[in-house]
Amino acid sequence: MSHSNTAIMSIENPQVVVENLNFFYGSSQALKDVSFGIPQSQVTALIGPSGCGKSTFLRCINRMNDLVEGLRIEGLITIDGENINDTSLDVIELRRKVGMVFQKWNPFPKSIYENVIYGLRIAGIKERRVLDQAVEQSLKRAALWDEVKDRLQQSAMGLSGGQMQRLCIARAVAVNPEIILMDEPCSALDPRSTSRIEDLIRELRGEYTIIIVTHNMQQAARISDYTAYMYLGELIEYGPTQKLFTVPERKETEDYITGRFG
Amino acid sequence: MMVTKKFWRQGEPFVWATSLALSLILFMTFLLFYVVLANGIMVFWPKEVTLATLTSGGYLLGEIVQDEKNPATGKKRLQFKIGNRDLYGLDFKWVDAASVSNFSLPADVYVLERQEHGNFYGSLKELKTPGLFLPVDKKESLQAALDTIEPQRGEVKKIERKIAILNRQVEENNNKLARLRYHKKENTPAAVAMQVEAKNIKGEFDRLVALLDGKRAIVLANEAVLVDANGQEKTIALANIVRCYQPNSMSWLAKWSYYGKRLRELLFAEPRESNTEGGLFPAIFGTIMLIFLMSILSFPLGVIAGIYLREYAREGYLVQMVRIAVNNLAGIPSIVYGIFGLGFFVYGVGGQIDQLFFPENLPTPTFGTGGILWASLTLGLLTVPVVIVATEEALGAIPPGIREGSQALAATKFQTLTRILLPMASPGILTGFILAMARAAGEVAPLMITGVVKLAPALPLDGSFPYLHLDRKFMHLGFHIYDIGFQSPNVEAAKPMVYVTTLLLILIVLIMTSTAIYLRNRMRERFSVADL
Repeated sequence: MSHSNTAIMSIENPQVVVENLNFFYGSSQALKDVSFGIPQSQVTALIGPSGCGKSTFLRCINRMNDLVEGLRIEGLITIDGENINDTSLDVIELRRKVGMVFQKWNPFPKSIYENVIYGLRIAGIKERRVLDQAVEQSLKRAALWDEVKDRLQQSAMGLSGGQMQRLCIARAVAVNPEIILMDEPCSALDPRSTSRIEDLIRELRGEYTIIIVTHNMQQAARISDYTAYMYLGELIEYGPTQKLFTVPERKETEDYITGRFG
Repeated sequence: MMVTKKFWRQGEPFVWATSLALSLILFMTFLLFYVVLANGIMVFWPKEVTLATLTSGGYLLGEIVQDEKNPATGKKRLQFKIGNRDLYGLDFKWVDAASVSNFSLPADVYVLERQEHGNFYGSLKELKTPGLFLPVDKKESLQAALDTIEPQRGEVKKIERKIAILNRQVEENNNKLARLRYHKKENTPAAVAMQVEAKNIKGEFDRLVALLDGKRAIVLANEAVLVDANGQEKTIALANIVRCYQPNSMSWLAKWSYYGKRLRELLFAEPRESNTEGGLFPAIFGTIMLIFLMSILSFPLGVIAGIYLREYAREGYLVQMVRIAVNNLAGIPSIVYGIFGLGFFVYGVGGQIDQLFFPENLPTPTFGTGGILWASLTLGLLTVPVVIVATEEALGAIPPGIREGSQALAATKFQTLTRILLPMASPGILTGFILAMARAAGEVAPLMITGVVKLAPALPLDGSFPYLHLDRKFMHLGFHIYDIGFQSPNVEAAKPMVYVTTLLLILIVLIMTSTAIYLRNRMRERFSVADL
């Protein structure tokens, strides 16, 4: 308890605050009393062995778990001071603010152009000029523009895996969210595509609050400002990445990052 | 020993078994097509007419239809189509090949297709054409006489059509009057005016009938005297001759043109002679319209039900039961659907409609009897499970990441469904729909008790208000096959028509399903996520 409370305190001006979050799936508990604050415009990495609740936690932030039946959430998550599980809050508004990129890229069977502006079309934007601009900007921000600018009207299904994942990032960026959640975005990519996505995350830092789940500790060390280590649904340690990877406070963290466990 | 073990382990025999199974199915399908095609495609080709001189004296004139070994004597025998039903009673005759001394193909033999009594085979003796002016060099030409009398026959037909329209008006008027009488309003000015109109129509009707009788008598006075192979004379009114040709002296071009004429007649004309001759237009029209109506009714219903089952219903015991029930529904014999349609739609719903909207006609039913609406509803019920299952499976096959991706971009469930899921599922849904359509097109049993008839007086869609007559009975190619093939008094003569009708039904189903498959493949190209 004490260490997690200090985790909130240690961050100045956190955008996402999680307090005593418990998550039950049926009778099993996937998250146990998780509390911490996630800083604005920084990259926060969640690491930990499989099944430790990283993805579950991530999906709590944009309420993606709403789609799953039979779950129960206790505790509080606030974004900019607003309780996101409040019944008065519109989940559509929340998701407009919190974008998400998935482990397995999932472009729609539409043209590249239509994929990027999907969120805008859903929001009811019709002006051609605005849409064209959004496509160019988002694709440039996702470092995909040069590769696809001549075939925007072609199907997104013709892209490579790495390109598709960047398209998904462009699609998330197009609606101009404040927070982008990334659920192991590189786990199915080859090293070259992975390094491109990592470069991209570094560039997006500062503009967006990025929360990334990763299996790859080197990746967390390379791209994140803060890192949280989770194990069996509990937040074990949370702090600046440099500190967590060099002088971890807890023995479990040290065991994990040095490869003695995990 | 080792070798055989290895042989079995490699599964070689299994490969053979799989290929054998496929070959067997292909063989059966091709055999079916071959039989239908081989028998159906040449029906309209003008066959040569053979004159057989019998050893017992006398002659036999006709088309040789088939030859086989007589099962009783083991000798070769021939079947002749001799026509002339009004003279001989039967149009087909078996002859032992040994009892024929000579075969020849006389060039001047005529084949006449007649309005009744089937074909006539014989030669022309003379023409009696009192009212016709034939060109001097064609005084003896039957074809010229037929061509010359054609305008007069056209006039007769025109008057007949006018009378038919008047008949319909009379019927409509009677219905309206009956309605007024039912509501005790027979003394209102409207009713009186209607009665006056009815009287006027009656006058016009009588005038037309008298005119028709006169014209008919003139036309009927033109006759041709023909002689059969044995010298028996037969006088036939020109008006009763549909077409004449001399197959033994026809050129290839003439034969092709005859073939084309018959094909046109098949597709666009009404049937004659209790459906064994003439065209199939009403049946073709009925079949296509039935499938069309069925699709309009069952496709949206099935898709919407499938969407609910997969996307909205909470997965559980009840949904499982519903799913099993839907799957079983697809396996119920179609006649059961027919009986349900008769009980529920025709007597139940139709009876209620009659009580509410057409009480003046009772006890004569309007909607409370079989009709194209009830038949298509019954067929719709029969095909809806296939559409539901296909919709469910197509939606279920979409990777879950796609749904999450859409919802993570702030799309609602409904937006995800309409913008992403339904387009992606459409090829699968269409596949199910194609199967449903093919099944519906081939169904006959449920139609027989919900509105199909041997001969419908009018099409369910025509030029008289309100244009679409869903209460009307209709004709159907599938029922046509059953009717002329197995219910006709002259089965042998109807056989060619059975093949032609079968061929046509298969072709219609083929055209409709290939159109649907083409559309499906285009969609599949567009919405494929094969590489995801």
